[in-house]
Amino acid sequence: MDRRESLKTLLVGSVAGASLTGAASCAPKGEAESTEAVAPGLYGRLPEELERDKRIRASIFLNEHELETIAVLCDIILPATATAGSATDAGVPDFIEFIVKDIPSHQLPMRGGLAWLDGESNRRFNKEFKSCSDSEQISIIDDIAYPDPDGQKPDMSHGRQFFNRMRGLTLTGYYTTRMGFDDLGYKGNFPNVWDGVPPEVLAEHDVDYDPEWIAKCVDQSKREVIAEWDDDMNLIT
Amino acid sequence: MQIKESPKVYDAIVVGSGAGGGMACNVLANAGLKVALVEAGPYFDPADPVTKTQLKWPWESPRRGASSTRDFGDFDMSWGDWEIDGEPYTTTADTEFKWWRARMLGGRTNHWGRISLRFGPTDFKHKDVDGLGENWPIGYDEVKPYYDRLDKMVGVFGSKEGRYNDPDGYFLPPPKPRLHELYYIKGARKLGIPVIPSRLSMLTKRINEDRGVCFYCGQCNRSCSVYADFSAGSVLVFPAQKNGQVDLFTNAHVRSVTTDAEGKAKGVSYINKEDRKEYELRGKVVVLAASACGSARILLNSKSAQHPNGLGNSSNVVGKYLHDSTGSSRAGFIPALMDRKMYNEDGVGGMHVYTPWWGDNSKLPFKRGYHIEVWGGMGMPSYGFAWNPSDFNKYVGGVVGGYGDKLRADVKRFFGSVIGFGGRGECIAREDNYCELDPNVVDEWGIPVLRFNYTFSDQERYQARHMQQTFEELIDAMDGIVLGDTPTREQNYGLNKPGEIIHEVGTTRMGDNPKTSVTNKWQALHDAPNVYVADAGPFVSQADKNCTWTIMALSMRASEHIVDELKKMNI
Repeated sequence: MDRRESLKTLLVGSVAGASLTGAASCAPKGEAESTEAVAPGLYGRLPEELERDKRIRASIFLNEHELETIAVLCDIILPATATAGSATDAGVPDFIEFIVKDIPSHQLPMRGGLAWLDGESNRRFNKEFKSCSDSEQISIIDDIAYPDPDGQKPDMSHGRQFFNRMRGLTLTGYYTTRMGFDDLGYKGNFPNVWDGVPPEVLAEHDVDYDPEWIAKCVDQSKREVIAEWDDDMNLIT
Repeated sequence: MQIKESPKVYDAIVVGSGAGGGMACNVLANAGLKVALVEAGPYFDPADPVTKTQLKWPWESPRRGASSTRDFGDFDMSWGDWEIDGEPYTTTADTEFKWWRARMLGGRTNHWGRISLRFGPTDFKHKDVDGLGENWPIGYDEVKPYYDRLDKMVGVFGSKEGRYNDPDGYFLPPPKPRLHELYYIKGARKLGIPVIPSRLSMLTKRINEDRGVCFYCGQCNRSCSVYADFSAGSVLVFPAQKNGQVDLFTNAHVRSVTTDAEGKAKGVSYINKEDRKEYELRGKVVVLAASACGSARILLNSKSAQHPNGLGNSSNVVGKYLHDSTGSSRAGFIPALMDRKMYNEDGVGGMHVYTPWWGDNSKLPFKRGYHIEVWGGMGMPSYGFAWNPSDFNKYVGGVVGGYGDKLRADVKRFFGSVIGFGGRGECIAREDNYCELDPNVVDEWGIPVLRFNYTFSDQERYQARHMQQTFEELIDAMDGIVLGDTPTREQNYGLNKPGEIIHEVGTTRMGDNPKTSVTNKWQALHDAPNVYVADAGPFVSQADKNCTWTIMALSMRASEHIVDELKKMNI
C-alpha cells in the first residue's frame, strides 16, 4: 500500500470509528494529511495546559542581552551548512527563551553561565562576549567545548558546565524542528505499512531474517481481511 | 450538605472506565442490563482532533514534548500522572511508593504499553511450587475460555510457541523485528536466552468493521485515532453505548459505596467535580474498577454500622498484599548500529520481540521470574534528543565535545545505536506491603486519601541483580558497550521504586476463606455479595506478566457471573 492509500484507510477508519460516538461531525476532512491544519497551536492540549502555556509565553525571564548572546552561541554550535540552516534559522533562541521558563531548573545555570561568559570575555578582551570578533569568541569556546579529564584548564570548569547545557539545548532545539528532521534524515511519523527492515539495510548488517520467524509474521497483503482462527488457535485468513 | 439522590435504580453501577471497568460495562450492557458508568475524569475519544496527539510533530509543542505538564511527555495520552492537583497520597516514613492515576474515559489504557500476556498455569498456583505467597482459588483452565474470547474480541498479536507457563492465544500476526531487535535475537541466542515475537494488543490485521488497522506510527501511548490499539474507551465503552444501555457519568469522583440496613450495597455516592456537590446513584450491583488502590480506597471509605472497618474489610485485608511488578533497566551502545541508513522503522508502539522468563528458580537465589522488554531504534526526536551528541566518541576513538559541523556528524553517526532493556518481574505479595487511609489527610473533595507502606525483600533484590547481570551479558553478546555503572546492593540493584512500573495489584485479593481474602473467586465481596471488584485488586499474585490482559479476562468472567446471578435473582 502506498502512502496515499494508507492515508485514505486512516481517514476511513477514523470516520468509521468516530461515527460510533457521534463525534464524526467534528472531524474535519483530511485530518490525516496534516495534524497542524486541524487544530493549529493546540497540539492536543487540555484547557489548563493551554492556560499554562499562555502564562509562560506572557512572562519574561531572559533579557535582550542574554538572548542576543544565546543567538551568537547557538550559531557557533550549529552554523548553517550548504544544505541546512543554522540554529537561529531554526528558531532555537526562541525555543530556549521558552524552555527556561517552562523548566525553571535551567534558569540560574543559564543566567549565571552567560554572566560567566561575559566575565571571561571581559577579562580576556575587555568586551562582552557577543561584541567580540569571531576569533576571540572561538578562543573562549575552544576552552570550554571539550572535556578536560586531566584538569589542564581548571579555571574553565564552570564554563564547560554552561557550554554543555547550552550545546544540549541548542541541539535538542534544532533537531526537534522540521529543519532538524530534514538534516537528520528522519523518516518516521506518518502512516505506513511496516514490512520489515529494508533488504538493502539488512545486507549491510551481520544479521538476517530467520525464515522460521518470518513465517509467523504478518502478511501485509491480508491486513484488511478479517481475522478468523481454527479451534487450534491457528489464524486461517 | 444535602446529597442529591437519583430515583433511577440501575442494574449495575460500574466505577472506573479503564481495562476492568470498560470490560464490565461492555459485558453488562450487551447482556441488556442498564448500566451507570462512573468515571472520575472527563470524556475522551482518541479520534477527537482537539485532544488528539497522534502524528503530532515535536515542534507543535513549544517545549518539544518535554515532560513539564505530562510526566511521560506532552504527547502521552494520560490526563493525570504521578501527581494530580488536589488529590494527594502519602507514604509511611521509609516508603517511596509512586501511584499513577489517569483521570479520563478509558483511564490508563489510553497510554499503556499494550503488552498483553496471559498468566500461565504455574502463575495461579505458584505457592505449590515454591511455598511463597498464596495460591489463587482459580486455575488457568478456569480463566482460559475468557482469555480465548478476549483475544478475539479485543485483538492481540503474537505467535504460537507452546511454552507451558506463557500460554498461546488466538493471535493476530506479529510485525517483523526491527534492526536492533535482530541484533538482540542474535545476542540472546548466543547466551541460550529465548526471544519470541511480542504479544501486544494492536491490530496488525482487521478484526471487525468498527476498528481500523495499525498504520505503524509507533505511538500507541498517544491512543490510536482509528482505534487500532486497545484503549478501553474506543474498544469497550463506545460499542457498549450503542444500544443506549449505558448512562455515562464523567468528572464523577466516587467517595463510597452506600449500603442498606442489611449491609448490602444500594449504590454509590460521588462528587460531581463540576459543581462540587455530592450525588448518589442507586444500583442492584456495584462493580468497582477504580484501579487496585482506587477501589481499596473506596471500600475503606465506605464505613457504616454494618461495615465499621470499611466495606468488605471484616478480614482487615483490604489494601494488604499490594504489589507492583519489579523493574530494573539498563542500556548499551552498539557500535554495529552506528552510521545507520535512514528509513521509517516506527513499527507498532512498542517492541516487536521480547523474552519471556526462561530461568530455573530452583537453582537461583530468588523464587520468581521476570520478562525482558527491549527498546531502541530510530525513534522520533523530542526534547532531550542529541543532548550529548558526541559522548560515544570516547568508545570509538572520536573527539568528545566540540561545536559546529562536527556535531551534526555526531548526531547522525550515533542515531539509533542504543539498545535498552527493562526487566519486569514478579514481586512476592506480602501482608506488610499495603495501602491504608491516611488518618490526617483528605483530598480537595474532602475524601480521606491513601497512605502507602512498601518495602522490598531480597527476593526482589536478587531478581534485580540477575536482571542487571543478564543485561550486561546481553550487551556483551551484541558486541556492545554497557552504559552506566552496575547498580549496587545499596541501590537495590537498580530496582524501580514500587509503583513505578504501574502494575499495582492485590489490594482486594480473592480467596475461598473470608478471613484471609476480600473477594470470592467471582470477585464479589465476601461481606457484601452485590459488590464486585473488577480491576487488579483481586489478584493474588502478579506473575512475571503484565496485568492488563488478566484484568480484562477476569472482568469478563466476573461480569458474566453478575448477569447469571441477576437472572437467578441471587442478587
